[in-house]
Amino acid sequence: MARFPFSAIVGQDEMKQALLIAAVDPSVGGVMVFGDRGTGKSTAARALAGLLPPITAHADCPYGGSHEDAQRYPEVCGGGPLRKRAVPFVDLPLGATEDRVIGSLDLERALRSGEKGFEPGLLAKAHRGFLYIDEINLLEDHLVDLLLDVAASGENVVEREGLSVRHPAKFVLIGSGNPEEGELRPQLLDRFGLSVEVRTPEAIATRVEIMKLVAANERDPEAFAARWAGEDEKILKQIARGKARLTKLEPDDELLTDAAHLCLAVGADGLRGELTLMRAARALAALKGARSVKQEHLIAVAPSALRHRLRRDVLDETGSTARINRAIEELFG
Amino acid sequence: MNSGLAPDTTDDAPFDDALLAARLFIQSPLAFGGLVLRGSSPARDALLAALGEAMPCRKMPGHVDDERLLGGIDIAASLAAGKPVETRGLLAEAAGGALVVPMAERLSEAVAGRLAQALDDRQVALILLDDGIEPDDTPPPSITERLAFQCDLSQSRASQAPALVAVPGEVAPLEDAALGALAATAAALGVQSLRPLIFASEAARAHAALSGRVAAEQADLEAAARLILAPRATQLPPMEEESEPDQPEEAPPPPPDSNDTPSDNQQQPSEQELKDLIVEAAAASIPPDLLEQLTRGNAPKRAGTSGSGQKRKSGLRGKPLGARPGMPRGGARLALIDTLRAAVPWQGIRRREAGADPNAPILMRKEDLRIRRFEEKAARVTIFAVDASGSAAAARLAEAKGAVELMLSQAYVTRSEVALVAFRGEVAELILPPTRSLTRAKRALAELPGGGGTPLAMGLNAAREVAHAVRGKGRTPSLVILTDGRANLDAKGQPGRQQAREDAEAAAKAIAREGIDALVVDISARPGREGSELAAAMQARFLALPRADAKTLHQAIGAVQKVGEAA
Repeated sequence: MARFPFSAIVGQDEMKQALLIAAVDPSVGGVMVFGDRGTGKSTAARALAGLLPPITAHADCPYGGSHEDAQRYPEVCGGGPLRKRAVPFVDLPLGATEDRVIGSLDLERALRSGEKGFEPGLLAKAHRGFLYIDEINLLEDHLVDLLLDVAASGENVVEREGLSVRHPAKFVLIGSGNPEEGELRPQLLDRFGLSVEVRTPEAIATRVEIMKLVAANERDPEAFAARWAGEDEKILKQIARGKARLTKLEPDDELLTDAAHLCLAVGADGLRGELTLMRAARALAALKGARSVKQEHLIAVAPSALRHRLRRDVLDETGSTARINRAIEELFG
Repeated sequence: MNSGLAPDTTDDAPFDDALLAARLFIQSPLAFGGLVLRGSSPARDALLAALGEAMPCRKMPGHVDDERLLGGIDIAASLAAGKPVETRGLLAEAAGGALVVPMAERLSEAVAGRLAQALDDRQVALILLDDGIEPDDTPPPSITERLAFQCDLSQSRASQAPALVAVPGEVAPLEDAALGALAATAAALGVQSLRPLIFASEAARAHAALSGRVAAEQADLEAAARLILAPRATQLPPMEEESEPDQPEEAPPPPPDSNDTPSDNQQQPSEQELKDLIVEAAAASIPPDLLEQLTRGNAPKRAGTSGSGQKRKSGLRGKPLGARPGMPRGGARLALIDTLRAAVPWQGIRRREAGADPNAPILMRKEDLRIRRFEEKAARVTIFAVDASGSAAAARLAEAKGAVELMLSQAYVTRSEVALVAFRGEVAELILPPTRSLTRAKRALAELPGGGGTPLAMGLNAAREVAHAVRGKGRTPSLVILTDGRANLDAKGQPGRQQAREDAEAAAKAIAREGIDALVVDISARPGREGSELAAAMQARFLALPRADAKTLHQAIGAVQKVGEAA
């Protein structure tokens, strides 16, 4: 099925904002999407990957490495002329084994010629693109650990079965899951940069609108894509401008203080919250074409950046989002 | 009017519906994803045979591995041929047709994940044969969510299905009013996901095509709602006029003309009327046990009580054991050294047989391959059986709840699962099937009411059954029973202290016989000897709930679990 155009996705503004922030500044860390099935989580992630401009990569590099990768990892990357290719989007299946994810000994080569070779896994495939994991909360813990670790370091180090391989694996990790069916450990959650909550749209009019768009896409995907190409192009330009602007933006001390106060007020554990909050606010400012990072940007990203880092209180029924909004209200009025 | 909807209906409603679902399905298999056919019966076999005639179907065994499913290097053939031999995967072979999955309720998460991706990419359609018996014994929700039709044929008596033929025809996209009616129906039935809505609008068009119409009308919408929305209902539609909150405020007012005989096709019913009619049609085929499940507090299907991800495969990780012969597939890893060791003694003979030169690389055969084995510790499931009777409630139920909450947050960190059984009045029920979800556990606990008699025997039996089921899934149960031990209802729910006590003792002994780790926590205001006697009969540890100190309880439970793990 053809990818659904990003701009044709109805509503779900917070999720779209988080994905765009991750596209502008991948160092924000992955995006965790909480929500029921059938709310357009995977559609949005795929749409974003489909929207981004092609990357240039060495044709024979199994990792889709760029020129810089080839210099940094001469022993694994490079080979062949530079060619354009689509931004990779890897959909990690729930039952994936460790071997398939990190790569393994190339069995066929080992048995046939007795050579030790490395068969790249899904992490290699996702390099410079997106790694999407539906129902990440059901994934085995050790795999989640591993994924988050690689996502943070941008490098996959394999030391097993007599192999010793190091290859680039920079990707934006997008996880999704329904907390009703089991939760992620807080340690793991904390390592996601942003988190968003998606709900199925309640208004009948919105739902009708979605049904119409999906049906139109179903009938004639090409015409549908053409209809939205202009809007998608706008978003693409926005991302490109945002990336360029990002380096020029530096939050001032006043804003840093605001961020610290906010984290303290909501009881977000650890420094990671503050860092992500700042980075996300900066990326949003860049995306919006602002001259400087302002408090409004901070407030706009605060729920996504902090929601999943609040210390859990077993007896407090108030949702995380409500707690953050309350704190924003009190601090910044 | 034509052929597609030939009047070969029987008085077997589930079968008629399944037949209709199959007809709609073959109209455009990939758009609908597929069907779930629950219940092994001749009716299902007949329907399956008819589907097999109508479109290409391939059977896929549930234990299929990645290599076979996705294709890749055939190791055995490659070794024999001395060069890589590629195979096509089942998904590629079945592309455009349907894969038939027997015993779908046993489908592993690994395979389910692959299939879900294939469904999203419109590679194949799936026909799941679900042989589950228990209500929570269902195929992984990640797949059923992506299949349009769910039919229960377990009660069906039909044994023959007519031939299924796709009927070509162009049907206009649904009007806004029709889409709105479907959306409102979904809202009334508590269907949250958008996928069923999309399926329903396609189904309405397919139904119209079957009937030879060029635009969908009310009958088509009704059929779509009945086949697709009703089986996914999580709530009963509100009665009569109470449905207003589900409507957006700007809902179009009904047309002034009130001549709304449904048979009159010229007359377009308003969105509201249309919705009411469709809801009514859908409500008629809501699963009969929905009400029961709702009153038990389980939102069926949506929350996925079968909890995908609970069926953990062992053998891929854990403490390494010795190697054994086998193919390195399905996640099993090759034990290289053991493989070589197995191959070495035969090299002389093999070289002679093959006429190979003595310097040739080692000659491997399929039977040399060894795979690693691992020992995985079975996951633990803690089953809380909480006495919520009047006597217990008056005393310490709130404290007991607090203790359980503490335990829950602990379970959340160690990733063990919890289940909750409550007994009071004349019932003992599983309030929360084994889950890792703190959210659900907390809610179940908070909603637990107190009051009524103490059917201790019932509670113990229910807890034992849950423990039994947990064991059946290869996990280790441990019981924590919070009660004041003052049983006054027997195993059948009849009053009578003497009988109640005897039954409770018998139930406790049954738990001991099964060798289930247990802990009895006495939550009465003044702990008497009932609690300790109960614990003795159960061969369980005993603890009188310390006043207002949930932590001690929590530590005690931790100790019981350690004992269990050491055993």
